[in-house]
Amino acid sequence: MNHDPDDQPLDSMEASDAIRDEVRMDLSGGDVSATTAGGLWRTAGREIVRKKSAIIGMALLSVLLILAAFAPIIAPYDPGRVLFDEGVSPRDPPCIHLFGCAEDQSQHILGIDGNGRDYFSRIVYGARVSLLAAFVAVLFAMFWGTIIGLISGFFGGWADNVLMRMMDVLLSFPSLLLAIAVVTVLGPGLINAILAIAIVTIPQYARIVRSSVLSIREQEYVSADLALGVTRWRLLAHRIFPNTLTPLIVIATLGVATAVLEIASLSFLGLGVQPPTPEWGSMLAAERNQVFTAPHLVFFAGLMIMWNVLGFNLLGDGLRDAIDPRLGR
Amino acid sequence: MGRFLLRRFVSSIPVIIGILALVFALARMIPGDPCRAALGERATDEICDAYNERYGLNEPILVQFGIYITDVATGDLGESFRFGVPVTDLLIQRLPTTIELAAAALFIAIIVGVPLGIISAYRHNSKTDVATMIGANIGVAMPVFWLGLMLQYIFAVFLRDTPLALPPSGKLDAGLIPIPFYEAWGLPQNGFMEFLSEFTLMNSLVTLQWEIFQSAFLHLILPAVALATIPMAIIARMTRSSLLDVLGLDYVRTARAKGLRERSVILKHALRNAMLPVVTIIGLSFGLLLGGAILTETIFNLAGVGKTLFDAITSRDYTVVQGFTLVVAISFVIVNLIVDLLYTYLDPRVRVS
Repeated sequence: MNHDPDDQPLDSMEASDAIRDEVRMDLSGGDVSATTAGGLWRTAGREIVRKKSAIIGMALLSVLLILAAFAPIIAPYDPGRVLFDEGVSPRDPPCIHLFGCAEDQSQHILGIDGNGRDYFSRIVYGARVSLLAAFVAVLFAMFWGTIIGLISGFFGGWADNVLMRMMDVLLSFPSLLLAIAVVTVLGPGLINAILAIAIVTIPQYARIVRSSVLSIREQEYVSADLALGVTRWRLLAHRIFPNTLTPLIVIATLGVATAVLEIASLSFLGLGVQPPTPEWGSMLAAERNQVFTAPHLVFFAGLMIMWNVLGFNLLGDGLRDAIDPRLGR
Repeated sequence: MGRFLLRRFVSSIPVIIGILALVFALARMIPGDPCRAALGERATDEICDAYNERYGLNEPILVQFGIYITDVATGDLGESFRFGVPVTDLLIQRLPTTIELAAAALFIAIIVGVPLGIISAYRHNSKTDVATMIGANIGVAMPVFWLGLMLQYIFAVFLRDTPLALPPSGKLDAGLIPIPFYEAWGLPQNGFMEFLSEFTLMNSLVTLQWEIFQSAFLHLILPAVALATIPMAIIARMTRSSLLDVLGLDYVRTARAKGLRERSVILKHALRNAMLPVVTIIGLSFGLLLGGAILTETIFNLAGVGKTLFDAITSRDYTVVQGFTLVVAISFVIVNLIVDLLYTYLDPRVRVS
């Protein structure tokens, strides 16, 4: 993805330092106040509500966030509770009183799973695991990717060479394959799956941050700061890093979608979240051999994964268009 | 051009060494004794001593890495304790199934994705465009394992007893055993011949085993469609946006102004330039296909590289995991190299810069 520094904020810090602002204005020949960071995000905010895709994305995600936040209120049963004592049998089809299911039967709107648990409650609680795991994976990858990208881009030289060749190697694996290899070594489980997905995606963030740093480093306001005697660390922390955030946030939003899908894939293969924790991928795996007799147990879990991925993809696309219309259509 | 080829080729060598190092390191990081990790339950102290001696596991780590590289270069990827055969033999048997599946999926993705993208760009903002893009967004978001299971349900249960019914799993109908072409033609049997004969579609086609060809073809449809969906959606989106960019350029306006038919403007003038980013995306989707093959083969019970890898992980057959991971990663690098070269062929500007 190309990142054009021209429409970046000239400075994200306080605009109160009069001397510095003057120098900067002289060097850039433009008006600083018109393009402060707050301005950029305000404009983006205005733009984003006009993007249909972003609105749909946010709507899809709001549903999931509500499910995750209010799971104990929304779910009629505890997700781990086996309901055989309430007269259900394994893989009972959905029973909704409103749609003609006999009143004397207990209502289970998505049916019962193979272990006699209420499927709807498990789907609802699954939103928590799926969202949390994906967020943690992306934050972890973003953190390390940013550090690697900043060092690589700012200091250059051998550090850049070594780090970027390492990133090349990581990128040369199909991501799911590498994640599987990492989990094989670490052992299956939610934390290890998160770690694996994070490791695999670090290069994306490192590369995007590095390329932003390379272009920001050449900007006049950076030269101006250097001329004013600002230390390199201060420059890195207060000038360069804030300006890499825009592309990073777009990539991260789209990255959450990929992380959701890959964590579900790992769980489906039995390498991620382990039963009885309700997670959509592993719920799907547990019932996959019953797809011919109880398709609803496969259908809804997959639908939720798709819902989640679609939400983040649409939001990411909208965010990208709103922040920089030239980045993609 | 020759120099460019050489430079591009040389630049992928460090990456391949990096892959070797990473796979080697991952294998060494498996907790416990590497011998018992590789050989499993049957490993006694004597067997382990011999094993450690054979693979130089008593040597310093750098020497071990040297031995590993030499082994890999000579085609020795170790032995699968589960199957009791060399990993290389297992690859010869299993790789063709995956290549056939990935090729079929890529074929579907391109012949459906590219035209969809073209129509979408041509009818920009029309209902067709909106519908295609909604479809593409949903396609990208669909987990391949879920799609596979749903296709199985639809085509094997829901449409059972209709002409549209398709077999939900396996490579061939039960009882069908293809005759390898080298046997049919009286050729000598060796590893390479065996490898070629495992391409069931090709093998049955050249030896005119129609029943087997038909069965293999029908069995391939569902997994190939499941695997193709995500790349298809990505290709359609990329074709659309790239063609829209090109259609706004001056030379396209000139082509239109001189009275060329729209068909000719799009297919002959705009498309060639618009396809450049699409070629890159097609190359990148190969990684998706290889990753997706693990899930697709597991669901459709196809004995390819992906299913073997999955089985090897669940049965802790680490030598197979290590060997297969290495081969898949290296083939991904080779595919990317080919894509780069293709790109240079399509766009001479790349060579100049």
